[in-house]
Formats: sequence, C-alpha cells, structure tokens
Amino acid sequence: MAEHERKLASGAERIDFQTSPEAYRHWKLSVDGDIASLAMDVDENGGLFEGYQLKLNSYDLGVDIELFDALQRLRFEYPSVKTVLLRSGKDRVFCAGANIRMLAGSSHAHKVNFCKFTNETRNYIEDASENSGQKFICVVNGTAAGGGYELALTADHIMLVDDGTAAVSLPEVPLLAVLPGTGGLTRVVDKRKVRRDHADVFCTIEEGIKGRRARDWRLVDELVPQSRMQDVVAERAKELAAGSTRQGPAEGIKLTPLNRAFSDDGVSYDLVSVEIDRAQRVATITIKGPEQSPPADADAMVAQGAAFWPLQVARELDDAILHLRNNEFEIGTWIFKTAGEGDRVAAYDTFLDSHKGHWLAHEVLHFFKRVLKRIDVSSRTIVAMIEPGSCFAGALAELAFAADRTYMLIGQFEGDNRPEAALMLTPANFGPYPMGNGLTRLETRFYGEPEKPGELAARQGEKFEGDVAEELGLVTYGLDDIDWADEVRVFLEERASFSPDSLTGLEANLRFPGPETMETKIFARLTAWQNWIFQRPNAVGEEGALRRYGTGQKPVYDMRRV
Amino acid sequence: MLDLINVDYSTQIPNNVGLAEDRQVLRGLERWHPGYLDWWKDMGPEGFQESLVYLRTAVSVDPKGWAKFDYVRMPEYRWGVLLAPQEEGRKVNFGQHIGEPAWQEVPGEYRAMLRRLIVIQGDTEPASVEQQRHLGKTAPSLYDMRNLFQVNVEEGRHLWAMVYLLHKYFGRDGREEAEELLRRRSGDADHPRMLGAFNEATPDWLSFFMFTFFTDRDGKMQLESLAQSGFDPLSRTCRFMLTEEAHHMFVGETGVGRVIERTCKAMKEAGIEDPNDLTKIRALGVIDLPTVQKKLNTHYPLTLDLFGSEISTNAANFYNAGLKGRFEETKIDDDHRLTESTYPVLKLVNGEIRNVDEPALTALNMRLRDDYTNDCAKGVERWNKIIAKEGVNFRLELPHVAFNRQIGEFRDVHATPSGVLLSDGDWAKARDSYLPSSSDGEFIESLMQPQTEPGKYAGWIAPPRIGIDSKSGEFEYVKIHE
Repeated sequence: MAEHERKLASGAERIDFQTSPEAYRHWKLSVDGDIASLAMDVDENGGLFEGYQLKLNSYDLGVDIELFDALQRLRFEYPSVKTVLLRSGKDRVFCAGANIRMLAGSSHAHKVNFCKFTNETRNYIEDASENSGQKFICVVNGTAAGGGYELALTADHIMLVDDGTAAVSLPEVPLLAVLPGTGGLTRVVDKRKVRRDHADVFCTIEEGIKGRRARDWRLVDELVPQSRMQDVVAERAKELAAGSTRQGPAEGIKLTPLNRAFSDDGVSYDLVSVEIDRAQRVATITIKGPEQSPPADADAMVAQGAAFWPLQVARELDDAILHLRNNEFEIGTWIFKTAGEGDRVAAYDTFLDSHKGHWLAHEVLHFFKRVLKRIDVSSRTIVAMIEPGSCFAGALAELAFAADRTYMLIGQFEGDNRPEAALMLTPANFGPYPMGNGLTRLETRFYGEPEKPGELAARQGEKFEGDVAEELGLVTYGLDDIDWADEVRVFLEERASFSPDSLTGLEANLRFPGPETMETKIFARLTAWQNWIFQRPNAVGEEGALRRYGTGQKPVYDMRRV
Repeated sequence: MLDLINVDYSTQIPNNVGLAEDRQVLRGLERWHPGYLDWWKDMGPEGFQESLVYLRTAVSVDPKGWAKFDYVRMPEYRWGVLLAPQEEGRKVNFGQHIGEPAWQEVPGEYRAMLRRLIVIQGDTEPASVEQQRHLGKTAPSLYDMRNLFQVNVEEGRHLWAMVYLLHKYFGRDGREEAEELLRRRSGDADHPRMLGAFNEATPDWLSFFMFTFFTDRDGKMQLESLAQSGFDPLSRTCRFMLTEEAHHMFVGETGVGRVIERTCKAMKEAGIEDPNDLTKIRALGVIDLPTVQKKLNTHYPLTLDLFGSEISTNAANFYNAGLKGRFEETKIDDDHRLTESTYPVLKLVNGEIRNVDEPALTALNMRLRDDYTNDCAKGVERWNKIIAKEGVNFRLELPHVAFNRQIGEFRDVHATPSGVLLSDGDWAKARDSYLPSSSDGEFIESLMQPQTEPGKYAGWIAPPRIGIDSKSGEFEYVKIHE
C-alpha cells in the first residue's frame, strides 16, 4: 500500500472542518416550516484531495464535513425543524458510498480518521432523533450501496422506491474485501434487527436486495412507487413531525464563523488555544473559563447566541480536536489545561441544568456531550494537568475524567502565589454527558466501586484540592511542586517512546469498561476489525481488492484464515 | 389457445434442451408461462392478437428447422427454447481463465455477475415489444405489418431464451428475476425498463425502422459479445438469437432505404432538385431527407448511450472473468487478456474533445461501441447509394459521438452533429435544426395512415424488392380478420 500522502485539492494546506451552507458543494439544505430537506448532490470534481472523481454521489471526507455542518445547523439554527428528509439530488442514484479510488489511494491514517469522523457524523443523526426530536426519513430513490446504505441506516424511516431496480446493498465483502465499517454491520443486526442469516446473505450479494424482500427482511421500512414518492414522503414527513418532541421557536441562533488563527505551532481561538511542541510530540490545549457570570435568563442566553460561553467552548474545542486528529498525526499526546474561575464554570453548569427544558440549553448540553465523546474516541494519549489558575469544575472536569491520566498539583508552584488548584463537581458530572457506553465518566471511572458516584454526588460544589482529589480517586496523581516537573517530564517522555499503535489499542480498550452499546460496538468491534482489514494485503496489497477495483482484474487473496 | 394446465413442453415449445424432462425448468415455467401470456396480451401488439400472421417459427436449430413459415395467431406462436449446438471441447477464450474448458454450469463466484448480464439483456427483449405495440394500427402495408409482428414475436422468444437461462441456472433468484422481467414496463414511471433507450416511445414507423436499424444493432453487438462467453449455455443461446436478430436489422435497413427511395423518386417525378425544399417535398406526401437525418440524429446517440460509460469497471470485470468478450473475439490477434494494453477513448479534456489512451480492459465498452459505429456506417453508406442512384444531391451522416448524449463523457455538454461544442444558448437556438421539432413530428404523424390492402403500400414508402419467404409483395402477409 502506498502510504504517500495525497495532495489536498485546490492547494489547501490542511483539512478544514469549518464550512457553511453558502459554501457547500455537495449538499443542499432547505427548510420549509417544520420539515427540512438535506439533498446529497455530490460535485464530481469537488474531491477533498486530488486524483479522484466523486461519481454517482460517492463521498469523501469533504462531503461528510458538509453533512456534519448541516446537522449542527439543523440543531441550532432551525429549532422548529422536526423532520429531516435525507435524499439524493441525483436521478435514480441515492449514494454509492465512500469513493473507492479515494480509499485505495489514501494513507492508512487518513482512512481510519475518515471512517471515524463518518461514524461520528452518522451518530449525530441518531442523536438528533433520539435527543432533539429531529426525525430522519431517508428517501432511497435508486442505488444505495455501501456507505450510502449505511447513511440510510441512521434514519428513523427508510423508504425505497419500488421500481424493480433500486436496491440497497452492502457490497464491501464481495467487491472490495473490506467491511461495511461505518456502522453498517452493527446497525443491520442491532438497530434494524435483521436476522443474522439474512444479514449474512445481504452482506455477500454485491448487487444488494430490492423490492419486497428488502422490506420483508427489514432492510427498509417502506416500498413506494416512483409516481407516488413525493406524496408519500410528504405524508410520512408530516406524521413523523406530529410525533416529534421538538418544540423550538421558528428562529434559532446563528452559528457564526469561528475566530481562528493557525500558526506553525498551533491554532488559537477566542477561548481555546492549542500549542504544539513538535520535539516532544505534545499538544497543550488550554480552555478559558467564562469571564462573566451566566446570562440572567433564557432570553439573554439566546441573545448571546454563538457567544454563549459553553457553546463557544464546545465549537472551538470540537474544531481544535478535529484539526489535531486529521492534520497532526505525529502529535501523540494531548494535554488539557484550563484557565479561569471554577465557580463561574459551575455557575454555567447550574444555569444549563436549570434551563435544560429550554431548546437552546438542551442543544448546548447535547453538543457538549458530543464533543466529549469525540475526545473519548480520539486515538491520542489524553492527559489533564490541574494546576493553580485552572478551572476544572463540572463540564470542564469532564475533560479530566476523559483523560487517560490526570496530574494535579498539591499546593503551589514556587514563586506563584495563586491559590491552590481545585477540582469541583457539579450537576454536569452526574448525567448530562454520558459516554458511548451509556455511563457517566464518573460511573465508568468507578466501575469497580458503583457506590462512589452517589457519594460524590452529595459533595457537589466542594473544592477538592490535590490531596483530597487523589484520595477520592478523581485524579491519577497528586504531586507537590518538588516532584511535579520531573514526574510530568518522565511520563511524557516514556509515553512518547511507546509504539503509537499499541497506545491507541491500549487506550481504546481501557477507556470503555462496562456495558456495550451500539455505539461502543461500532467504535470498538467494527472499527477495530475494519482497521485490521485495512492493513491486510487482501484489501490493500498490490493485488488486493481495493487496489484492483476498477481495473477489471481479480484480486488475489491469501486464502489462509487468520 | 394453449391449454396451460396441460402444456406439452416437448411439442408446444420447440426446444433442444430436453425441456420435458427438466424438472427444474418446468417448475419455473409453470409459474412464468401464464404470466408471460398475460403480459403478451396486455403489452403485445395492440388490436391484432386474433389476426393470422404469416410468421417464421424456429422449430429446431438445423438449417431446415429454424425458419418454418405459416399463418399463426401471435398468442399461439411457439416461442421455443433453442440453443446453438454444443461445440466439442470449447474453451474460455479470453480473460484470466483463458484456455480452461468452457463452463457448462455457472461458476459460483460469477453467479451474480452472470445473472446481471442476463437480466439486462433479457430486459431489452420485452421492452421493444412494448415500445412498438401501437404501430400495427398505422402499418404502411401488410408486408410491413408482418415484419413488425415477426420482430415482436422473436423478441418474445428471445425473452424466453433469457428466462430459460435464469430458470435453469440461477435457482430461486433466477425465478424472481424472470418475474421481474414481466413486471417492468417500457416508459412506466414506477417500473421502467432498465436502460434509457428502451423507455423512449416509438411513435411512428420511421422511428421503428430507425430503432430496428440502430438499437437492434446494439442488440446484435451485445449478443455477439455474449456469444463469446465462457459460460457455454449463454454463448450457445446468443449464437442462435443472432440468426434472428439479422432479420430485425434487415427490416430496419430496408425500411429506411425504402423511405429514402420513395422520397427521391417522388422528388424526381415532381422535378424537385433541392432536397431542402421541405414545403414542396412534403406536399408530395413523402418524408424529406433532412427529416430522415434528424430521426437518425435521435436514434444513433440514444443507442450509443446503451453502451454505457466510456470507462467501465463492470465491463472490465465481465471480460476478465471470461463472461462477456469483444466483437469477434476469437478473430482478434492479441493476448485476449488485455491487462497491459491500452485503447484510445474520446474524452472531454479541459473543454476539448480528445483521444486519451485508457487501459484496454476498462475501455471495452468503447471498443464494442466503435465496432458498432463501423457497422452502422456501412448501412448508412448503403442508404447514400440509394440517394445517389436516384440522382439526389444529399448525404446522410452519423453524428459525432459527442452529439446529444445522456450518458458518459459528453452528457453535460452540447455539441453539433459534427462535434463542435456549443453553449447552452447556441444549442437552444440550433436544436430544432438537428433533431425533429414538434412540427416535424406532426408531419410524420400525418403520414401514418394504415394501408391494409394486400399489395398496396402507403405513399411515403416504396414496396420491397422481394417479399418474405419468396412470396411477392402482393401476398396477404396478415389476414387481419379471419
């Protein structure tokens, strides 16, 4: 497999996750009352990288970045939208899935990151349905193959045109020697509850399944003749909207462009800054706490819009994480730091908790949850450093609980007279930000001491200094200033010496004790298998299926089972 | 009428595949056959199901048996399942299995691919019957009417041939696909036929002749390349179908030829020299040659679209697997693997139409299309000879491949018939000079008056030089009412 890095199209220097509907090349977002339409019409020549064309509504990361943006805007800018129609802007083609030539020519790291982001974006759709009452209808007007069907699988209701030709398929195994790895296998059996032998048949038929059998096997929900499609779609959209819990006003808030500056050694936003130490391969991500108290009431929060502190932090942090993940592969360790007043952070948590019935507070809470989840599944060593001047309270303390290790200073640094660092628990640590396994980070952390989170809940608002925090098990190490510098340096150097692959595997396995959910299965089991297959010659070797795809030549497989 | 409860498949369905003893195929046909007859009644030639038609029926594959002529009611036509005789020791002649014995059973790994090939081919057969079902009412003579019905019943038989393969070799999936072939309908909004050209209307007889000349010739090219298949039953089936397909193209070529001949003769008789003097020529009740050119400009690009994208992974896979070869594969002198060679393909590069060398395997659609174009060009030249012989100064030309395309490299651009790229605005202005306008269509339609008297021909078409089965042009080819 050629590991050469592809060149970004149009001379771009980095993969950028910021966009807006005016700039979309592949999607059209339109809103009519409580129903939105999200139409995929991929610009063949709009690939993120050079060297391939996005034919038949096939997609690459660039297409998914726009989808991600649209989903965010649907949550924040269109609080009244209750039903979203996921459809194709092309005739008789829904979506042909991830672009094969893009995959075949991508580095392993890009493939993995692409799939991860795609998985997260697919989860966003289900999150919108489950938590914000934004119901999705997928209108499959033609071929929905591979990733195209995986996209459809995220919807609440899948409609397939019954024209004797249109089919849904997961042809990865027979055609490409890889897996339907962005949730496909998991959602087929776990979400749609397709019988496992039917699923086995389905996933080995290149051309897929159409018509009545697709419905009988629960691969789709409904068959509709072409001539009635428009009417039936409108009908279903209304039905789903009627059953939605979403009760937002017509006007949302505007997700204004982020104020962002890149430099050689990082990127800075208003509230988040990233400093990269390339020699150590470490990025330090510092989040500024709020400078003011929370708004007086919900209306004032809406008036602040994108400048509402938790929302702005979430957006900036999300972008920073995506940037580091996709553009800074060698920076293997992320250190989270915070700066500000813990009490104010806690005040925002309380504000959000007491306004959680308000649509915007509700959306902010869920967005913050998604950002934290993105951190949970990032393949970097995550460390939190809790030092004087920091504000690891509530929502920001979740960063410490998301970390693989947390270091907290006991006392003060020599020559620094700021008060001793404290960690504070708030309502934010006991429910609103569950992990992919369905548990809070504290429940996950104390999986062996299930009574502990309850005990800690009674101590919300207390300021735990380093020695107490260590005793309570909230940090890995409490260190005084004599030990601090050396311990931290040795840890970072040791970490940097390990194999990045084994670290990724180690961290991903240790972060998610407890129950399995569809989400953990997708990110752990399915993704791990896919990433293994992505390394194997049967898929990516010179004679492997991905490389041979499109040449007409048959792939040559190593027939030994491993 | 056929007794569907007690069909004797050894006599009522002429076959050389041992149908009466084949439990697998019989089980499939028991369900499918009644559905087929319903389809024929619903979608076959409208208004002439009870007429006696002087038809050719194939009862066996030997030279004596494949063309038996007699009066038949079309629903009672003996559709037949006939394969060309098996060749001893036939091999796979191309792709990665080259040199291996040809497959008598479907190889498991290619089952889906083969089924798709057969379904796509099968879908075109009933489609053209559906497209042509209204034409009987406006036939310019009984001779032409009979030719139409001959084409129709043979397309029906070709459907049987493909359905036999589906029933015999593809199990339950094959039976389901066979049902679907009867369920899709040409031009239907909900269940259209699979390929674009087979959903277009065939509104008049000139369209019918153009269709049989151009689109049935695509059928010929597809059958030729499937006749090369390493899957022997498919190869044998297609080889026999080709003997019938030749007649369809004959109907098209002579049909257009007779239209041209009549126009030229009428012009000469009236002393009209200018082939573009439409008013005078049309006043004679014949179709002017520029309009013939416009019809050609409609049908040829539509048929080019049937060859698919210029660069095709499917075509490459079919070839490499040994399932679908090139036109006259065994006569081509190369390695028959094509993994190293290239083929020039016309593409749009930075706004220019240019030849680009592409890997030969993925350019197989283009190669077949180029062979097709050469075949078409010969026929067009024969039409030009008719025009020249009558002394009219006009030439018919095949338009450029970039002209009026819906599929492939040129689908998003406009070009003149000579291949000059046009802006959207210029195209809108020039369109009616290249393609039939609504008034051209109305004029042709006005000529489509039936002529049902034996030996008489509508005024816009010349009689044939010789009739069918050595009968004269005056023979009563169709007894409309018994």
